[in-house]
Amino acid sequence: YIGGVFDVESLVEKLLQQLASKQTILVNVYDTTNRSHPISMYGSNVSADGLQHVSTLNFGDPFRKHEMHCRFKQKPPWPWLAITTSIGILVIAYLVGYIFHATVNRIAKVEDDYNKMMELKKKAEAADVAKSQFLATVSHEIRTPMNGVLGMLHMLMDTDLDVTQQDYVRTAQGSGKALVSLINEVLDQAKIESGRLELDAVQFDLRAILDDVLSLFSGKSQEKGVELAVYISDRVPEMLIGDPGRFRQIITNLMGNSMKFTEKGHIFVTVHLVEEVIGSTEVETSSENTLSGFPVTDRCSSWKGFKAFSQEGSTFPLSPPSDSINLIVSVEDTGVGIPPEAQSRVFTPFMQVGPSISRIHGGTGIGLSISKCLVGLMNGEIGFVSIPKTGSTFTFTAVFTNGCSNPNEYKSHKINNQSNSASTEFQGMTALVVDPRPVRAKVSRYHIQRLGISVEVVSDLNQGWSNISSGNGAIDIVLVEQEVWDRDSHLSSLFINNFKKIDRRTPPKLFILANFISTSRTSATTSGDNTPSIIMKPLRSSMLAASLQRAMGVGSKGNARNRELPALRNLLLGRKILIIDDNNVNLKVAAGALKKYGAEVECADSGKKAVSLLKPPHCFDACFMDIQMPEMDGFEATKLIREMEKHGETSVEAYDNVSNWHVPILAMTADVIQATHEECLKCGMDGYVSKPFEAEQLYREVSRFFQSVPNGNL
Amino acid sequence: MDRNHLKRQVDFMKRSFLDQGYLDEQFIQLEELQDDDNPNFVEEIVTLFFNDSARLLQNIEQALVSGPIDFPSLDNYMHQFKGSSSSIGAKRVKNECTRFKEYCTAGNAEGCLRTFVQVKQEHAILKTKLETYFQLAKQAGPSGTSGGQIR
Repeated sequence: YIGGVFDVESLVEKLLQQLASKQTILVNVYDTTNRSHPISMYGSNVSADGLQHVSTLNFGDPFRKHEMHCRFKQKPPWPWLAITTSIGILVIAYLVGYIFHATVNRIAKVEDDYNKMMELKKKAEAADVAKSQFLATVSHEIRTPMNGVLGMLHMLMDTDLDVTQQDYVRTAQGSGKALVSLINEVLDQAKIESGRLELDAVQFDLRAILDDVLSLFSGKSQEKGVELAVYISDRVPEMLIGDPGRFRQIITNLMGNSMKFTEKGHIFVTVHLVEEVIGSTEVETSSENTLSGFPVTDRCSSWKGFKAFSQEGSTFPLSPPSDSINLIVSVEDTGVGIPPEAQSRVFTPFMQVGPSISRIHGGTGIGLSISKCLVGLMNGEIGFVSIPKTGSTFTFTAVFTNGCSNPNEYKSHKINNQSNSASTEFQGMTALVVDPRPVRAKVSRYHIQRLGISVEVVSDLNQGWSNISSGNGAIDIVLVEQEVWDRDSHLSSLFINNFKKIDRRTPPKLFILANFISTSRTSATTSGDNTPSIIMKPLRSSMLAASLQRAMGVGSKGNARNRELPALRNLLLGRKILIIDDNNVNLKVAAGALKKYGAEVECADSGKKAVSLLKPPHCFDACFMDIQMPEMDGFEATKLIREMEKHGETSVEAYDNVSNWHVPILAMTADVIQATHEECLKCGMDGYVSKPFEAEQLYREVSRFFQSVPNGNL
Repeated sequence: MDRNHLKRQVDFMKRSFLDQGYLDEQFIQLEELQDDDNPNFVEEIVTLFFNDSARLLQNIEQALVSGPIDFPSLDNYMHQFKGSSSSIGAKRVKNECTRFKEYCTAGNAEGCLRTFVQVKQEHAILKTKLETYFQLAKQAGPSGTSGGQIR
């Protein structure tokens, strides 16, 4: 072997290629014996920038040094991933920090605001309470002298006045009464706001309450030409237990509103049990089927929103405690309606539809909000539907308890004591009602049935005549709607003539049911004994009974006086009352008046006798004492009696362990000046009434100590 | 028919009393108290009134004529008389009494005497009128005087 020729460069190249995996490595070998002048022995003359690895080579030559520089051919790429990631993380960290910071700031700010708000809220509440209290105090203070003014005006009315003066007094009275009712409303509002309003639970007759409210509005409705009607379903029991005063307040408020805003058509109040109504979802409101022919709003919409009726509501006990009665009352009118933009504010206190309303109609706008609260207290809900120019229907529910202990009672519809005798007189009679409108006829039938009379309804005179003349159902009374009568005067005069020809011992009596007095008609067509009497609407059983009695000559006169102020009778029935007056005539008159209301009366004619009779224990419920009496006047006697009551307690055991004897003593005075309120109160009296008795005043004073005797009709 | 006619006469008479101011509402109230249990209530009261008042009037007359006038006791008597009259609704009599009392409080003897004459006069007129009224009512029958007005 001589020798081989090696291409060192390619050799190295190949070697390096084997060694350097993927990266291209550049190798430079330098002879570095002379440090400052390295001699390049291998490798391209690329400038050495970047990283290079220097390692020494040992070729075995001791005199020379060799180095090998290795470096990557390509610069390392930018570590994009790392950079991006770190930048990303930085950004994220920054953002998170920022969010954190902002959140903390916000929380701090919100807490600050909250604290401020709490402060303000406390201040506002305190102010509100103060306002209510102030209102209540002021109103109460105003009410007392106001009642005094009204009382005096009332007494003034009883004195000698000429027509102008009477007119003035009446106007003043009207204003005074309006003011008092306004004050009462404000007081109610204050009571409600402070949560102090409580409901009574007494027995009452719903039908009687509605009769009362009807009579309140009947004058106004006749004036305006608006037909007023009330219908109470037969399934509503006769007596209920609840708060009659507040219930009456709600109905009066709703009817008052309707009356204010209705100029034509009708106002129709209906009372049903919720169970009756819950099934029916549609009530026809087509023109023919309403009370007066005017279109009305769909009453079902007014209770659509009630929670008790919604799907969830129906899962609550289908049979609630058997004693509770769930009533639904609707007041439907054909007035001007409520504009849609005002509808959401309707129940807000002090809100009225427009600023002109209070100017035109009066009122403060509290009525509906008070009604809403009262309805809530009665566990009911209130709602309405209203279409401008068509009318409104307000509906509310209320829960009462059954006041009749015998569950079968409610099936009978006898009306209460006051007209009990009337119902027995009319019992068994038959009446015929001629009315083309079924809704209105239903109302008429309801009222007539309350008197115990059975009713048939026909829709025109011809049909009516055929019913009468067909003999077998002996009809005693015929009631014709004014509308029918007026429609055809020829027909009506024919009707009357036919009446005269009926060959029965007592021909049926003819009545016309009229809405408002119009003098022009009837005089032309009718004359003589058979002129039909007119019964004015709105129909009320008591008034109906009176008109029938008058026309038919039925019933003892006793009924007449029992109808007046049944309320007084409720208060005084069975009470033992002592009357003291030295004047015999006065004594007898006063006794007669009190006996009329069912009280048991004892008389005495001197102060001394009064003192001895009223020494406890005694069984008098009240005492009416004349003031001016010889020897011992009313004041003195009362003072002595009060002394006895205070000191005589220890000797009392007999009477119900009453520890505080205080027999109500009312002064009877002919002279208002003589016995002022303070004078009476100073000596221990409880009030005063004028001589001779005036029913309203008597009721007012007596109702302060006596609760109504419930109308027990079992 | 005759009875009806009488009844109408009675009513007419009563109306005229009211219109002329001899009687007022209180009288109507009294009539309403009358019923089958007390068929003669009104008449009884009126008779009682006239008996009582005759006595009172005598007392007043005595007090007025004998010696210096004792105004307080006169006032007392008149108060009684006035009270009774208003209880039965004797309007004119009551008005005269009020006038008398005014003079009495003012201590005006002359005025008292004058008004007393009036009082006696009104009293006498009323008495005659009511007597006729009750006679007619008796003729008209038991329900002649009861309150036919239903209010």
